[in-house]
Amino acid sequence: MLLISCPWCGPRDEDEFLNGGEAHLDRPEPPEAISDEDWAAYLFFHHNPRGMLAERWAHSYGCRRWFHALRDTVTHRIHATYKLDEPRPELPE
Amino acid sequence: MSERYSAFALARHALTGNRDWPQAWRSPEPKAAYDVIVIGGGGHGLATAYYLAKNHGISNVAVIEKGWIGGGNSGRNTTIVRSDYYYPASAAFFDRSVTLYEGLSRALNFNIMFSQRGTLTVAHSRGEVDFQRRLVNAMALNGIDMRTVSREECFRLCPILNCTPDARYPILGGMVQDRAGTARHDAVVWGYARAADRLGVDIIQNCAVTGIRRDPVTGAVTGVETEKGLITAPKVGIAVAGHSTVLADMAGFRLPLRSLALQAFVSEPMKPVIDMVVSSALLGVYVSQSDKGGLVIGGNADAYASYAQRGNLPSMEATLSGLIEMIPSFARVRLLRQWAGIVDYAHDSSPVLGLSPVPGLFLNCGWGGGGFKAIPAGGETTAHTIATGQPHPLIEAFSLGRFRELAMVDEATAAGIEH
Repeated sequence: MLLISCPWCGPRDEDEFLNGGEAHLDRPEPPEAISDEDWAAYLFFHHNPRGMLAERWAHSYGCRRWFHALRDTVTHRIHATYKLDEPRPELPE
Repeated sequence: MSERYSAFALARHALTGNRDWPQAWRSPEPKAAYDVIVIGGGGHGLATAYYLAKNHGISNVAVIEKGWIGGGNSGRNTTIVRSDYYYPASAAFFDRSVTLYEGLSRALNFNIMFSQRGTLTVAHSRGEVDFQRRLVNAMALNGIDMRTVSREECFRLCPILNCTPDARYPILGGMVQDRAGTARHDAVVWGYARAADRLGVDIIQNCAVTGIRRDPVTGAVTGVETEKGLITAPKVGIAVAGHSTVLADMAGFRLPLRSLALQAFVSEPMKPVIDMVVSSALLGVYVSQSDKGGLVIGGNADAYASYAQRGNLPSMEATLSGLIEMIPSFARVRLLRQWAGIVDYAHDSSPVLGLSPVPGLFLNCGWGGGGFKAIPAGGETTAHTIATGQPHPLIEAFSLGRFRELAMVDEATAAGIEH
């Protein structure tokens, strides 16, 4: 069971959260100028690393706000959580 | 070279105390070069190598496996074989796979214990009954042997189902595929490995691929770097399930796949109590009973990206509470084992097969939770694609290019389950 630290509510059980996939994906603009290739890349061709992944989470059964987390997909250890408007934190190696 | 298995061979070896059975396949050191390298010694990789040798006469093939053959998802699935798919492309492909399974024990000279015990998928509301009727009609048009069954027929087929009138999720009907069933998953792996080895394929275990070599000018694949050194080949197939994007990263391209942990559970052995595969899409659970008596239970994948082969508690709780809603008498059954395999899901829950952006590199991935049932057809079509350089007609709809064209084969939405 993961213990996820919501930036607003503090550490809470993973049952309260919804995973939203890869973080820091910006919708390409303007839509009419985007090629099929680039739309497909934005929609489907995401990063799927074995290791550190920046991802979106929603505290669905809590404050209902979205935030970002840096999580290792092998160990499931969450190294940091941060608000949507904050940059991805640098982690010590 | 292993010998042919037969009743006569059994009798002859019994006379000498069964002490001199030869090895089922060799453990060779890799050669410096092959005609084809297949990365991944699971069902799909071994089947690909077997059909390359058997159907296309290409036997200078190496199967390179990081661990031991069948130690990944081929040994972690719940052994179900069925073809209850909605779209014509999926139905044609998966029904071909069921047909190949029907003749596989004889073709491989290895008893894969294919038991066509049938699958029953129950429905819990009038809406779901209507939905199943629509599915069954569509599947019947595609030539799949599906039929709807009434509520009474459900309880006759599986008397231990929850038939109480005040059930939280009452069972109002269901759909059945009679040709579906289970097979012994290890036997499928071992059968393909032994048959491929007899045709000259080198199976190289405990040898992880660490890099993919490409020609600097043409970009075409030239070989793979491994823990046992560089091995060259003009054609390379990738059949590594949940680690497909890791291999694609090595080759320098992306795949539209997400790796998730999919759990399974086995109970303590019991006397025979359930002789079909029974599932519920609404409750997110399915169950069958193995020949050893253990209940084999599965459900939906964990809800976030994972390469950890263990699975989390919320998914376990959801699956098992669904099970005891569907079959209340299982509430006191104890689990013996729990595990997870890393499965790779595409957006539409359909596989990604055929050509990759790299010349000479071929894809067999995106099976999600449904790779085991697809092993014979996956191997057959991947071998055809590698041998001819053109996608097999059965897999044209499952190309990587469908994501750019938005030509999805959206089985996740069509069937209401992840497959």
